[in-house]
Amino acid sequence: MAKTLYDKLFDSHVVHEENGTALLYIDRHLVHEVTSPQAFEGLKIAGRKLWRINSVLAVPDHNVPTTDRSHGIADPISRLQVETLDQNCVDFGVTEFKMNDKRQGIVHVIGPEQGATLPGMTVVCGDSHTSTHGAFGALAHGIGTSEVEHVMATQCLVQKKSKAMQILVEGELGRGVTAKDVALAVIGRIGTAGGTGYAIEFAGSAIRSLSMEGRMTLCNMAIEAGARAGMVAVDDITIDYLKGRPYAPTEAQWDAAVAYWKTLHSDAGAQFDALVELKAEDIQPQVTWGTSPEMVTAINGRVPDPEQESDPTKRGGIERALQYMGLEANTPIESINIDKVFIGSCTNSRIEDLRAAAMVAKGKRVASNVKLAMVVPGSGLVKAQAEQEGLDRIFLDAGFEWREPGCSMCLAMNADRLEPGERCASTSNRNFEGRQGQGGRTHLVSPEMAAAAAVAGHFVDVRTML
Amino acid sequence: MQAFTQLNGVVAPLDRANVDTDAIIPKQFLKSIKRSGFGPNAFDEWRYLDHGEPGMDNSKRQINPDFVLNQPRYQGASILLTRENFGCGSSREHAPWALLDYGFRAIIAPSYADIFFNNCFKNGILPIILNADVVDSLFQAVEADEGYKLTVDLVTQTVNTPDGKSYPFEVDAFRKHCLLNGLDDIGLTLQHVDDIKTFEIKHKAAQPWLFN
Ligand code: SF4
Repeated sequence: MAKTLYDKLFDSHVVHEENGTALLYIDRHLVHEVTSPQAFEGLKIAGRKLWRINSVLAVPDHNVPTTDRSHGIADPISRLQVETLDQNCVDFGVTEFKMNDKRQGIVHVIGPEQGATLPGMTVVCGDSHTSTHGAFGALAHGIGTSEVEHVMATQCLVQKKSKAMQILVEGELGRGVTAKDVALAVIGRIGTAGGTGYAIEFAGSAIRSLSMEGRMTLCNMAIEAGARAGMVAVDDITIDYLKGRPYAPTEAQWDAAVAYWKTLHSDAGAQFDALVELKAEDIQPQVTWGTSPEMVTAINGRVPDPEQESDPTKRGGIERALQYMGLEANTPIESINIDKVFIGSCTNSRIEDLRAAAMVAKGKRVASNVKLAMVVPGSGLVKAQAEQEGLDRIFLDAGFEWREPGCSMCLAMNADRLEPGERCASTSNRNFEGRQGQGGRTHLVSPEMAAAAAVAGHFVDVRTML
Repeated sequence: MQAFTQLNGVVAPLDRANVDTDAIIPKQFLKSIKRSGFGPNAFDEWRYLDHGEPGMDNSKRQINPDFVLNQPRYQGASILLTRENFGCGSSREHAPWALLDYGFRAIIAPSYADIFFNNCFKNGILPIILNADVVDSLFQAVEADEGYKLTVDLVTQTVNTPDGKSYPFEVDAFRKHCLLNGLDDIGLTLQHVDDIKTFEIKHKAAQPWLFN
C-alpha cells in the first residue's frame, strides 16, 4: 500500500503497539537547560540510568547572555539552571556543548548543523519547536518534561499515531518572499489549531526549491499551526547539506544511509487525511498584527476591524489583541512604527537568514526612532561563518548590535527583552502577550522584512528595497 | 502521580480562546529547577498588577481585581472551564504543574493544544473535551449561579451538572487506565524491556549510523 512519509517514519520505529498506542523508539534526544532539570532529578530519585547515552546531546540556550560571557551569567537563577544542566551532564555522561563552546547555540540550530539530526530519525526534545528537525525527513516531536524523563529511561515515547496532512505549495515564490512568509501564510489560512492532531508534510515545487534553512524555518512553525510535527521529504538538497557534518555517517555507511534516505518521501498515491493547497505566487511578505501567529496579513494589508467579524469569540479575540498591541482597526501595516528589531531565534538565525538580512541592511542606517536592532546568530558556528563573510561589519556599520548565540529575545528569559508598550519587528515564532517581555508587542516577520523595518523605522515592503 | 477517579468541585470560567502556556506560567518562572511551587504564579501577568519574578513574596503583591480567577466566588475552584485551543504554545510542563499546584484537577474546553493535552495526563490532570455548545451553556450556568459545581466522573466518562444533566466525554483507554490508577509511565514501559532491546538490535543492524 502507498505510504506517506509520516507512515514510513512512524511505522519503522514502533517497538510495541496496544490499542492504538505505540511505544516509539527514539534515535536522537536533544536536551536544554529549561525542561530537563526535573527529568534528571526524577531519574536520580528512582535510581534510573540513561538507556542510551550517545543518543543524547545537550546545550544551554534559553538562559545564556548574548553579551560578553567571560564572567558567566549574572542572574543567579539563570546561572543555577545552566549549572544544573552542566552537572547533570557530568553525572549522566552526556555530551554537552557548554556556554563557551564554539558549537553552542540554539538547540534546534545546532542539531542539524552538527548532523546530529539525520533523515529517517525520530528526534525529540523538551521544546515545542523540535518540529524544526522534520525538515530532514525525520519525525521530530516536542515533548514535556515527564516525557523527557521517559525517553531518557526507556529510549521510547508513548505515542498515538496522528492523522496526516499535506500542505502543497506549488509554483515559484516571488523575490523577497521567504519560507517564513509561507509559514505565516499557512497559519493565516488554517489557524493556530488547524494542524492539531495532524503531522504535516510540506510538499510541492515551492517547497522543493527551498534550501534546508528555509525548510527548517517552515517546519519550525508547524507547531504554531497546532501540528506536533512538520516534515519535508528527503532530496539532494537534504543530502548535500548533511555531507561532512560531524555527526553524519562517513564512507560505506554514508552510501548505505543515502540509499535509505532516498526512500524517505510519500509514495505516489499515498492518502492524506487532509490537504491544504497554496499557490506560491499568491504569497506576499507577511506581518502579524495581533497576539497569535494566525493574526497575520500581507505587508500591503491593514489591521482588521473587529466590527467585520461575526463570530463573537473571534471578535472578542481581535478586540483584545488590538488593545494589547495598541493598534487601531484599519491601520495600514506599513504605517506602524517600531521601537526594536530582533533578528534571531530557532526560526530565523541561520547563516542564510543573516545573509538575507545583511543584504537589505548593507550601506544603510537603522532609523533614528529604532532604539535597538539586534542580530543574534543561532550558534557559535553560524556567528563565526557570518564574521568570515563580513556580515557582522555590515550589521555593525548599519547600527545593529551583533550578539552571542542563544534564544535571547525570542522569549526573553535572559536579559534581552522588550519594555512594556515597546513594539518589535521580530523574526521569532510567537507573538503571544508578554512573550518578549511583559507588555511587549511583537510583530512576526522574515529576516528581510525585519531588516527593512529597522532601516525604515516602520514596516515596509522589502520588495521595494531589493 | 495522584490517581483521578471522581471530582466534585467549583468551576472557574476563563472565557478566552487560545490561552497559551506563556499566559499560564510566564517564562521567568521556568528558571526553577523544581517541579512544585508554581501555583502562586499561575496566570501571573493577568492575576497581579505588578510584574512577578521568582522569589517574590506573592502575598504582598497587587492583585488584579478584574481577573476572573481573583473573584471571591471562584476561590478554591478545582475545575477550569475555558475555550478553544487551550494550552497552545510551548511544551513546558510547568503549565500543568502550575495549574495543578493552583488546585485544578480537571479542565473543560472544546479543544486543546496537543502537547499540553498530553502533559496534563502525565500530571494527574484530566483535560475534558466537550463540544462548543455545551461549553457555552456551562459558561452561562457558572455565570448565573454562584458556587456552581460540576461532578467529573472518569470511570463513567461523564460531566454531571447539579440539575441532573450528564455530558459524556471521550478519553483514550490507556490514558484512562493510567489516570485511574495513578500509574507512572516509565514503570509501564519498562515492562517491555525485551521488546525495546529486540527492536534496538534490529534497528542497529539496518541503520548502524544511528548508533555512532
Ligand atoms: S529560539 Fe525561541 S522558540 Fe526557539 S527554542 Fe529558543 S526560545 Fe524556543
